[in-house]
Formats: sequence, structure tokens, C-alpha cells
Amino acid sequence: MFKGKFIDNLPKIYGTYTGGFLVFIILMAIAEQAGMSAKLIGIFFVAFTVLIYALIGYLSRTMQTDAYYVAGRQVPTVFNGMATAADWMSGASFVAMAGGIYFKGYGYMALLVGWTGGYVLVASLLAPYLRKFGCYTVPDFIGTRYGGNLARLSAVIVLTVASFTYVTAQINATGTIASVALDIPFNIAVYVGLASILMCSMLGGMRAVTWTQVAQYIVLIIAYLLPVFWISNKMGAGVFPHLMLADEVARIAELEAQFGLGEVKNSAADLKQVPKGLAGITKAHSEVNTTPWKFISLAICMMAGTASLPHVMMRYFTTPSVKAARRSVGWSLFFIFLLYSSAPMLATLSKLSLMDPNLATGIIGKSITEVQAIDWYQNWNQANLMFVSDFNGNGTLELNEFFMGGKAVVLATPEIAGLPYVISGLVAAGGMAAAMSTADGLVLAISNALSHDIYYKMINPKAETAKRLIVARVLLVLIGFAGATIAALEIQGILGSVIWAFDFAMSGLFFPLVLGVWWKRANAQGAVAGMLLGLISGTAYLIAVRNGYPGFWGVTQLTFGIIGSLVSLVSMVVVSLLTKAPDAATQRMVDEVRVPSGKTILGKQH
Amino acid sequence: MFRLLTYREGKKMSKQQQHWEKTRTLLFITLAIWFVFSIGIFFFGAEMEASSIRPLGYPLSYYMTCQGSLGIFVVLIFWFANRQEKIDEEFGYTEREDD
Repeated sequence: MFKGKFIDNLPKIYGTYTGGFLVFIILMAIAEQAGMSAKLIGIFFVAFTVLIYALIGYLSRTMQTDAYYVAGRQVPTVFNGMATAADWMSGASFVAMAGGIYFKGYGYMALLVGWTGGYVLVASLLAPYLRKFGCYTVPDFIGTRYGGNLARLSAVIVLTVASFTYVTAQINATGTIASVALDIPFNIAVYVGLASILMCSMLGGMRAVTWTQVAQYIVLIIAYLLPVFWISNKMGAGVFPHLMLADEVARIAELEAQFGLGEVKNSAADLKQVPKGLAGITKAHSEVNTTPWKFISLAICMMAGTASLPHVMMRYFTTPSVKAARRSVGWSLFFIFLLYSSAPMLATLSKLSLMDPNLATGIIGKSITEVQAIDWYQNWNQANLMFVSDFNGNGTLELNEFFMGGKAVVLATPEIAGLPYVISGLVAAGGMAAAMSTADGLVLAISNALSHDIYYKMINPKAETAKRLIVARVLLVLIGFAGATIAALEIQGILGSVIWAFDFAMSGLFFPLVLGVWWKRANAQGAVAGMLLGLISGTAYLIAVRNGYPGFWGVTQLTFGIIGSLVSLVSMVVVSLLTKAPDAATQRMVDEVRVPSGKTILGKQH
Repeated sequence: MFRLLTYREGKKMSKQQQHWEKTRTLLFITLAIWFVFSIGIFFFGAEMEASSIRPLGYPLSYYMTCQGSLGIFVVLIFWFANRQEKIDEEFGYTEREDD
């Protein structure tokens, strides 16, 4: 069926895969009509997709370093774009983003702008140059460009802090979905999630992660777009929601006024009854509800963080050429755009179907007892994701008496809008794909940095290939377990830790990476100062703010990267200028990096 | 390859400098456009909301945050990649396809 080389057959292989997945959805829909239980459908969806990823992971096993670290540098532009999109869009993007927009409106959408705008920085400032460098990991670039183990080690520290913060959130998300879909307790589900993550990456490293991420992108994008289009059509809001929801957005503003949004405040005693983690609508849907600086500072942190997160950057090491790396960034953003531009549409549809009394699904304004008798309300109330209470005792559900968890917007909306359960199963599989793909990228980024940069480059430079790859795999498993153990403790919410990861990465790595290419005078001392002081000052500010320090310049615990990266920039420039300029060989190396043609700085196998 | 040969070094460097000059100019243009749509316009959120320009009927502020800026970034990256490829071609720095 597939003659010739694997790479040449990619469109055919993934075309067949997509077709097969659609057939699977149809089969499940038929099974649902035939009376298969909702629970069983959920299990089938999650188990089937996870097994496919594991199979791809097994088929991509390898014992070569360049295949393990950079997928043999032969991933075509468009496919690398898909893999990056899956790598990028985490459980937070898939499960939490539409919910955030639902509750916080315009102010929250700073994240949409930040998480896409950052790719302009990636394409123009970094990705093509790091590809030309030919490094295996981000610290590999720092270590070779600046020279010295201290620079390399500092980069590994920043990478580990940022990526580890991020990965606990992703393992947490896989655990949440696995526990709901497979109906097992969360602290066991976390390890089930971990096992699925490791199956994808352990045998084949970057090569396996690449091909599973492409498969995961296909699942997650179908799972996100299908319900949005379906609900929109069902509601009569328009066949193409992205272009046709203006009336619905206006209608929500009308209803918000009618239901007195923001006029009635809940008393503290009333709010105590609301289960933890649930929220009511307190911010208008489309109004500009935040100060410009608050919006902009959050966007800046997310953009600079995007350009500094190693698990994203290392995806561009896998393309066949510098040109392909550059174009691939465009494709990545295109594939991300498909989901991100749909999240606000989903939030709009979800809110309208709950609020509009003219729709059969609307619940605001109905009697409380009637709402409490609805099937889906009971299900999601039991899952601790929905809550109503008659605070004012008038027997009617008011806007301020309805509470929902952020995850429920994506997970529950299909059911609320009256779509068949097969769609809910699909959404669970999509969420699992999103969280797994990101977790895989992150775990691999950390373990590769430890195995390549610490073990091979610093501890045992004479290690043979086989030994290096065994160390890499052992570290992969250890880091996965550490992440899962912390995730099981449930210290922080998914979204909070994701935003922190961006701030950490930005504090320590943004300027050392950018100036490494764009400022020849930057030297090792400057870079080390920039990375360490940036990370330390950012972290110190975060800790201070969390302990009651009011902060300055309006920088909050979500935007502490602004402080960290400024300290990093200043210390890097000052220390570089105070110490000796880099030697002629390093300067020539930077010149080489700036030219796309010719050999990479580091060899194919190193 | 022969970029490394020393007797061409002097001439080569100036060509390389020109290439870098053009690359830098392109970077500044790209970053300027990026700045306008990721940061600049959001200083005027309230003004955008009140504006009579309503793409597809959405309030301008809402539209830019959920589609406008995002779409512009996608187009911007592809435009940037094309321009950079042209610059590389002009100076003979295009990679061989089988590289």
C-alpha cells in the first residue's frame, strides 16, 4: 500500500489515519444509537486514540542520536507545523481557554494575542538561526555560542525550572481527563496518563514524539472544531461561526443588561456555599474590561515566553533546512490559529445557549427546581463542575446564581446544546491528545537537556551512543515520575502554572538567546549573568508578590517575567561590556549562523 | 563551502555584511508591524470598542483580539519568510534542497 520512503508517503499515511478516525467516530455514533452506554463510549475514545499513539511511538523506535534528538532532521515543513501546533496547544489551550474567555472576556483574550504573536518573534529572531546552528537542544546552542560549562549549566537550570512547572500542569490535565473518561480516581489516573505519555516518547525520542504529535493534532483539531460548527448550525447562528457570530455577541450584551450583570453582587456568605473552583459570570462578554497596561503586559510576557520555551524551539531543529524552519513557523501558527480563533466562538455559543430564554437550552430565568431536574445539570453538578443556588429566595435562577468550572465550557457545552454523547467522547479524546502532546514535548526537552548537555557534554564526553541513549531514556522516565508525583499533589491550577512557565522561560532565556544571534559582543560572562540574575530576580518577585508585597509598575504574579527579563537584559549587557569581547572564532561562528547556506556549526552526529 | 577559503575573505565579508544589513532591515520592518498589532493597538482598547469600524459586525476591539491580530501574525510570518528567501537568493546564500 505504501511504497517507497516513509517521509514521501506522509500525506497518504496521515490521510488514511484521518479517514480511519472519522470512520471510528461514525461507528461510535452508530453504537450510541444502538444503545452503547455513555461511559463505554468515553472509554473507547480515549483508549483507542492512546493505543494508536503508543503504536506510532513503538514503530518510531530508534538507536541513533540524531533520530532520537532531532528526528533525523527530515520532518517536512507542513508536518512540522502540525507537530508544533500539538506540542504548543496544551491541556490549557484545549480545555481551559474557552472557559477563561467565557468568564473574563476581553481581558483574558490577551492570552490569545500573546500566544500567537510570540511566533513572529520565533520566526524572525530565533528559529532559522538556531536551525543553522545544528544544535540538539537549546542549552547546546547557549553552551557552544558562549562557550563554557557554566553557560550550558545555567541554560539547563532555566530550562528545567520553566519546563518542569509546565509539565506538572500537563500531567495533571491528562490525569483529569483520564479519570473522568475511564472513571478511575485522580491519583491513579495521573499515572495512567504518565504511562501513555512515556509510551509515545521513550523508544523513539524526538522522532516518535514528532509522528505522534502530528496524529494528536489531527484528533484535537477535529475534536475542537466539529462541536463548534455543529452547535452554531444547530442554534441557527450561522454555518460558519467565525464569520457570522456578530449578532450573537451583540445579543449576549443585550441579555447581560437585561439580567442585570454586575448589579447584584453575591454576599461572602452566599459565595461560601459555591464549590471551590467554580465561578459565575461577572465580566461582560465583549466589553473592554481591563486597563491597557494589564492587557499589554500579559501579552508581552506570553510572547517573549513563547520565544524562550525550549520545547517549542527544539521543534524547529527537526526541519531539513533553515528555509524550512522559517516557513514551518508560519504553518505552526496557521494550525494554532485554527483552534485559537475558535475558542472565543465556542465561549459565545456556550454562553448564549445557557442565557438566551428564547432557546430551549437557556436556563437563566427558569425556576430553580426545573434547572435542578435537568439531566446534564445533575451529571456536571456531580462532577463538581456546575452549581446553582437560590440566593435571593425568589425561586428563579438569576445570572449571579449560576456557577460553572472553567473546564465545563469545553467539556459540557456539547451536552448542554443537545449534541449526541459521541461528541463528548470525542472532546475527551481531543483534550487527552492536547495534554499528552505537550507533556511529551516538555518531558523530552528536559531529559534531552540533562542527558545531552549535562551527562554527555559535561560528565562523560566519551560515552558511546548506546549508553547516551539509555541515560536519556532513564532520565525521561524519572522526570515523568517526578512530574506525576507533583501533579498528584494538586498544588496549583492548570492555567496558573502554564503562565508561570512562560514567565520563568522569559526571565532566564529570552535575551541570552536573542542576543546570542543578534549581538556579536555578547559573551559568556554576560550570558551567565543574564540567565541566572534574570531567573533569580523573576522568582524573587513572584515569591514576594505571593507573600503580600504589592509590587510595582502594575506587574503581578502572572507577569513577573517583565521584571526578570529586564534584569536579565541589563545585567547581560553591562557584564558583557565590562568583560572581554568573545574571541575571533566565536565571532566567526556568529557570522556563519547568520547565513542560511553551508554546513551547520555542529555536526550531524555530535 | 568556498566561503571558508581565505583569499576570498575580504570580498566575502562585505557581501556578508550587505546580506546582514538587508536581513536586519527586514527584521525591523517585521517587528514594527508585529508591535502595532500585538501591543500598539491595545493601548486604544476603549477607542476601538467605540469605533464605527466593525469587521463582520463585531466590535473592533473584540474582533482584533479573537481573529484580527492572530490572522495578521500568520500572514506576517509567511510574508517575512518570502522576503528573507529573496534576500538569501540575491546574495547566493540559498541552501541546496538536499542539504
